[in-house]
Amino acid sequence: MCAGDELKARNPEPTHPLQQRVDLVLVLLGKELKVRYKGTVLGYAWSVAYPLAFTLVFYFVFRLIARVPIENYALFLVMGLFPWQWFQNSINGANGFLLANAPLIKKVSFPRSLLVLTGVLNDLVHFVASIPVIVALLLWSGGRPTAAWLWQVPILIVIQFGVTYGLSLLVATANLFLRDLERLVGIVTMLWLYVTPVLYSWDMVPASIRWTRWLNPMALVIGSWREVFAEGHLTPEVVAAAAGWSILIAVAGQLVYRRLEWRFAELV
Amino acid sequence: MSDGPAVCVNRVSKEFRLGGTAHLGLKNLLLRSPEGRHDHRRVRVEALRDVSFEIARGEWVAMIGPNGSGKSTMLGLIAGVLHPTSGTIEAHGRISPLLELGAGFHPELTGAENVLLNGVILGLTRAMVRERFNKIVEFSGLGDEIDRPVRTYSSGMSARLGFSVAAHVDPEILLVDEVLAVGDEAFARRCLDKLRSFHAAGVTIVVVSHTLTLVEALCDRALLLVGGKLVAAGPPAEVIATYRSRIAG
Repeated sequence: MCAGDELKARNPEPTHPLQQRVDLVLVLLGKELKVRYKGTVLGYAWSVAYPLAFTLVFYFVFRLIARVPIENYALFLVMGLFPWQWFQNSINGANGFLLANAPLIKKVSFPRSLLVLTGVLNDLVHFVASIPVIVALLLWSGGRPTAAWLWQVPILIVIQFGVTYGLSLLVATANLFLRDLERLVGIVTMLWLYVTPVLYSWDMVPASIRWTRWLNPMALVIGSWREVFAEGHLTPEVVAAAAGWSILIAVAGQLVYRRLEWRFAELV
Repeated sequence: MSDGPAVCVNRVSKEFRLGGTAHLGLKNLLLRSPEGRHDHRRVRVEALRDVSFEIARGEWVAMIGPNGSGKSTMLGLIAGVLHPTSGTIEAHGRISPLLELGAGFHPELTGAENVLLNGVILGLTRAMVRERFNKIVEFSGLGDEIDRPVRTYSSGMSARLGFSVAAHVDPEILLVDEVLAVGDEAFARRCLDKLRSFHAAGVTIVVVSHTLTLVEALCDRALLLVGGKLVAAGPPAEVIATYRSRIAG
C-alpha cells in the first residue's frame, strides 16, 4: 500500500538543487538575451535606443517647451529614466513571463517563480548595459564617476530588484486569474511614472505634499539613483526606507505566489 | 530509495473550474451580468472521480480510454503540474515528462541551444547536459542540423530531439503522452527500443495511448478510464477487450 496520506514532494531533490536552479536561471536568461535581438542588425543598440528615445521626447517637452528649471536636464533625465525603465519594463512584461512559457508550465514541474525572476534579471541586464550612456553624459557635463559607486550601485540594484521582482510576481500571478490586469498594469505604471520624480525633481514638489515620497518606494529609489550618479552619495534614512519597502514587497509577492502557484498549470 | 510503489494514486478527484474569474473578465465581474455568472462561473468539469491505483516500480502501464476521459489530467497530476481537488498522489523518483513535439523548444534558438534549455528545465545542471550532449544528438539522428534554428525543423525532427533529451535525463518515472505517433517509422521504432531498454533497466513508464496494439504488445498492465472513472485495470488484453466491448455496446 501507499506509504502515507501526505502529499509527498514529486521530484526528489536533485543532487545539487541550488546549482540546478542557478543553471536554470542562467540558461533561461541566456535564451532571453539571445532571442531578444536575434535577426536585428543593431542588436545591443536597441536596449539603449528605447530609453534614449524617451529621454529625447521628455527633453523636448519639459526643457525646450515647458522650460523646467533644472540644469543639465538631459543628464538629470537619464539618471532617473534609465533605472525607471527597468522597473516599468519588468512590471509591464510580467504577464508575458508566465504566459510565454505556457507549454512548459503545463507539462513540467519546476519552480515557476524562476520564470519571473529571469524576466526581471533580463530587464536588469539591459539597465546595466545602459549605464555607460549615463556615464558619458555625466563626463560631458563635467562630472565623473566616483569609487563609491562600486558599493552604492549594487545596493540600489538589490533594493530596486526587491521592489520590481515582488511586484512582477504579484502581477504575473494575479493576471492568470484576471486577464484584465494586463491592461490595467500598463495604465498604472504610466501614472506611477508621473507621481515619481523621474521627469522633475522632488524640490519642485509643493512642500506640503513632499512627505508622500515615503509612500512611494520608486520615488525613494529614483531619488537615490540620482544622488549616486550625480554626487556619489546616499542618504541613509532614504535608503533604509526604500530597503524596507523592498523587503515588504518582495515578501508579499512571494507569499501570494506560493498560495496560488498550484493552479498555474490550469490557467496559463 | 524504498521498495514501495513508484506511483500511488489514492481516491483522487480533479475538478476544473472552467472560467473561474480568469476568463470572465473585469466587465462581467463588475457588471455582474447574469449570463456571465451563469455561463461561466458555476461551470465545473469533473475530470477525474475517485480514482485509486498503484504503479509498481519498474512497471510499464498504459492508460487508455476515449478522448476526454481524464488520461492526460492523470498524467499532469502524476507529473505534479496539476493538484488533485481531493485525494492524494505520491510519486517516488525523478519524473521525466516527454514534451509533445518539443513543447519547450524556442524556435529561434538552434537545436543545440534548445537541448541545453530543455535539459535544465527537466532538472539537469548545465554540466550534466554537456556531458550527455553527444549522446543526445546522436540518438536524435539530427547530425549537423543540430546547429540550425529549430524553426527550420520539421515537426518530426522537433519531436525526435524532444524525445532524445527526455530519454537522457535518467528518468526513474517516464511519462509519455502519445508522442510515439510522430516521427517516421524508423524513429518510432528507435523510440520503442529506447522505451524497452528503459523498461529492462527498471524505469517506471506511464503512457497514454490510443494505439491499442502497441499497448497490448508492450505494457505490463492497462488502466481504462471512462468519463473520469477507472473502470478496469489489469492485463492489457483483458482491459482492451473490456474497452472494445464498451465502445461496441
